[in-house]
Formats: sequence, C-alpha cells, structure tokens
Amino acid sequence: MKITVVSAGLGVPSSSRMLADQLSTAVREELSALGETVVVENVEARDYAVDIANNLVAGYAPPALASMLQGITESDALVVVTPVFSGSYSGLLKSLFDVIDNTALQGMPVILGATGGSARHSLMLEHAMRPLFSYLRARVVPTAVYASPQDWGAGNDDEQPLDKRVRRAARELAEMVGATSAPRVRDEPLASLPFEDLLANITRSNR
Amino acid sequence: MEIGVFTVSDITRNPVTGATPTEHERIKAAVAIAKKVEEIGMDVYATGEHHNPPFYASSPTTILAYIAAQTERIKLSTSTTLITTNDPVKIAEDFATLQHLADGRVDLILGRGNTSPVYPWFGKNQQDSVELTIENYNLLRQLWDNDVVNWQGKFRTPLRNFTSTPRPLDGVAPFVWHGSIRTPQVAEIAAYFGDGFFANNIFWPKEHYQQLIGLYRERYAHYGHGSADQAIVGLGGQFFMAKKSQDAINEFRPFFDNAPVYGHGPRMEDFMAQTPLTVGSPQEVIEKTLSFQEFFGDYQRQLFLIDHAGLPLKTVLNQLDLFGELVLPELRAEFAKRRPAHVPDKPVHTTRKPSPVPASV
Repeated sequence: MKITVVSAGLGVPSSSRMLADQLSTAVREELSALGETVVVENVEARDYAVDIANNLVAGYAPPALASMLQGITESDALVVVTPVFSGSYSGLLKSLFDVIDNTALQGMPVILGATGGSARHSLMLEHAMRPLFSYLRARVVPTAVYASPQDWGAGNDDEQPLDKRVRRAARELAEMVGATSAPRVRDEPLASLPFEDLLANITRSNR
Repeated sequence: MEIGVFTVSDITRNPVTGATPTEHERIKAAVAIAKKVEEIGMDVYATGEHHNPPFYASSPTTILAYIAAQTERIKLSTSTTLITTNDPVKIAEDFATLQHLADGRVDLILGRGNTSPVYPWFGKNQQDSVELTIENYNLLRQLWDNDVVNWQGKFRTPLRNFTSTPRPLDGVAPFVWHGSIRTPQVAEIAAYFGDGFFANNIFWPKEHYQQLIGLYRERYAHYGHGSADQAIVGLGGQFFMAKKSQDAINEFRPFFDNAPVYGHGPRMEDFMAQTPLTVGSPQEVIEKTLSFQEFFGDYQRQLFLIDHAGLPLKTVLNQLDLFGELVLPELRAEFAKRRPAHVPDKPVHTTRKPSPVPASV
C-alpha cells in the first residue's frame, strides 16, 4: 500500500515537513496494525516549483514532474500539508493540484494538514483547503490537523493535543482505506462509445 | 507522404525588432509562404481558422482560393476548420467550390476550436462541443455524399429536399482529416468514416499521442477500412534551422522565449528535448522528424509550424529554402524507404472513389 505525503513547506527544515512526518508515521502505524505493508513516498512541492510553473505556461508536464504526479495519482492515500499563506493554502500547492487531471483523485482518501504562525488560522483547513479536495472528489477524513508554533511545545508526557489530533486523523484514514478493498474507480481517459451510439445519444437527448 | 506547412495565423510582435506586422502584411505573407512551399517542392499549405485577434485567418477558403490561383501543384488544407461553430452547409459549399477552383487540390482538417468565446459568438454552447462535432460532421458527409438530403438534428434547422451545390468535383468529396489533442470521440469519428486523423503533436508527452493514434488505428481496422497500420495519420511538427546548430539556437531563442504559447516558461533546450521542436542543423531536423515515424508508425502527412511567434517573412522564406535544399530530399527518400508496400502513401483526389455514407447512418 502506497501513501504519498505532499508537503508545500518552503523552509528547510519546515514545520509543514515536521507535521507531514508526524502524520505519515501515525498513518503507517495505524495501517500496519491492520496488517498492511505501507510504503511512504515524500514529495516536497518546492522541488517541482519551476516544473509546475512551466506546466502551467506550456501545457505539459516535464518528465520529473510527470513521474511525481503519476506517483500521486497512483497512491492508495494522500497526506497533504501546507503552510498558511495570506489566509489560505500555499499558491504552489494549488498550482500542483491544478496540473493534475481533475478526475484523477476521485475517491482518494486524504488527510489535510496545515501549519501557521498562530492558532488563529486553523479554520483555513475547513474553509479553504477542504473545498479544494471536495471539488476533486477526494475523500477527506473528518479530522484535519492544524499545528501552530505553540503545539510543538504543548502538553505533557500523558497528554499532547497535537499528537491526539494526528492519531485521530491517522485512524480515520486507516479505517477509510481498510473499508475500501476495491480499487478506486477512475474515468477511462482514452475511450469512446462507438460512433453510432454517439450519434444516437444526441438524437435521444433531443427528444 | 505529404510534407507541408501549417499556420495558426497569429499576428505577433517580433521580439528582436519590436515591430508588429499589420493584418495586411501577414495575409500577404501567407500567400508568399504558400508560393514558396510550392517552389521548394513541398506538398501542402494549411491555414488555421480563428475569429478573434491576434489572428487573421477567419476566412480560410478565401485565402486558399487566392493561393490556389497562384499555384499549380500544392494541396490547400486547413489547420483546423471549426466543425463545431461553422454551419456544415456552408463548409460543404465553400470547400466544394474551392475544390472546383483548385482542380481537386483541396482537403481539410476538422477541429473544435480553442477559444471558449467562439461558441457563444456563433450561438453555440461549448459544453455541446463533442455533440456538435458528431452531428455536424455526420451532416457534412451527407451533404457531400448524397445529392438530395433530408435531415433533422438537434443543433440546426432541418433540411428538406436540400442539395448542396456545387457538387464535389468528380463526385469525390474533399478528403477529411479529424484533428484532436485529447478527445477520443474524434478518433472514433475518423475511424468510423475511414477518414484521416491529424495529431497536432506540437506538445508532448508523445505517449499521449501514441495512445490517441493507437485508438484511431484500432478502430479504423475495426470498421473494416484496412489494417491498423493502413490508417491515414498526419502529424504536426516545428523546426528552426541553420547550417550550424549554434546559429539556429542563437537566432531562434528570443522568438522562443517570447512566443505566445510557451514563452516565459520552459528553457528552449528542455522544450526541444521534451517536444517535437527542433532548433538546430538540417541533419537534426531530419533525425527528429524521422523519430516521429518510429513513435507513431508509418504516416501520410507531416506539417510544420514555421511562421509563428513574430518570425519575419524573410526569415520564414529562408527557412523554407534551407528545408527544400537540405532536408526535403532526405526526408522523402527515407520515408519512402521505410514505408511498407501495403501502407498507403497519401490520399489523392484522382484515385479516390466516390464513397456513399455507410448504410446504417
């Protein structure tokens, strides 16, 4: 089972990367507990920033980007983490999902995560990022995980609020993935009805 | 094998001189380029169709008729004719007329258009694009293949006892290619009627075009027009050359970097590696073009885009002179050598038979 973790953080190291790692570790543990063998693929959006811009401008994905995008669409689940920029997810992350075919993520189980300078941006996940993945008809787990700077120093050995949220999201994803043994249904990109059916359908719709 | 040029008819500022040609200059340049195409021994000149600036070619049959009068040998074609928003009756009439004037040196590539507002401008809805293509082409076939048409459809007023005039030259309608970048239904239409399939091919990944052309070939065989490798395939391509590779690269770079369709994006070197564009020596143009045959199988038409992105007319004519001298003979010889005897060379008016619409339609 393949999980791709997309992080749109820009710094090295970035707090988005930290949250992404925490989420992917939890997902791996939850799925392993269900008997799944998990392979985690990490994608840093910044490594593809120029390719993504070129794809938008020239209309096709250069080879490295094409292979990364294929890796995303062929995954069994995604973890997507972004910093909050100007009240929303990062523009680079949006551009990355803009260059993926808009039917390619149908039914994909996804955990959403975000990091920001204060806890005040946490609902960005619900009001901005969740609708993007709803549009793509992905299946987003109910718990989206936001980490503010305070989260990295909060709690005690018994009670860590961020860990709790991460664990809950991971469990929801594992349940979702476990509940769907059938492969995701994707539109067949290159097929056509026979010509006479194409013509007959127009006549039918005209009645 | 037919080798020629196609234009999108863009009016683009020359990024080196800063000068933008007028519509008048570009329209006259089209005629000069077409005459040069004939002079150097190429086979086809094709013009696009657009109904908005910065393009000049809104009236392709007018341009092609004028060129027909000043040439004797080359085929006049389109790249593409909008089957979605044009009235099929007008297409039938215009191209049959052109066919008579040009003594059969006419075919057309049908496409769906690439500008969203063109649909509402012509009273159509872009969401009907594929259905318009199917219904309009089905009617166009009947108008050319049947002397009297009784027809009713979804998008156009019905026709009762209608005869499209003039009738096609010698009872043989112009050959039709169907152009598509991503629509499998277009490959299906082309296969059903035994028409040609043209893949613009300017952008890769080539695997995508391999799939689309593969689908067309498979369905062509399914409908009994011949084997898959006998299907009629055309491809686009793009080059800029000089005797020395580096001269071509230096001269073309500002045009590439500022081109409307891909400028300010990928590096030219990457774009060359990833798409059919060749900027280099004549030998490099030959090698890249022959690689298309390796990717897509034996094919019947190769069109090159050479007059876009603000390239001045003089440069375009020089490119064609170089092509005629150093590339065309090599390509012809090599394509002929590679093509097996059972694969058709190209569609020719005088050897094509009048073909009625399949009985089931």
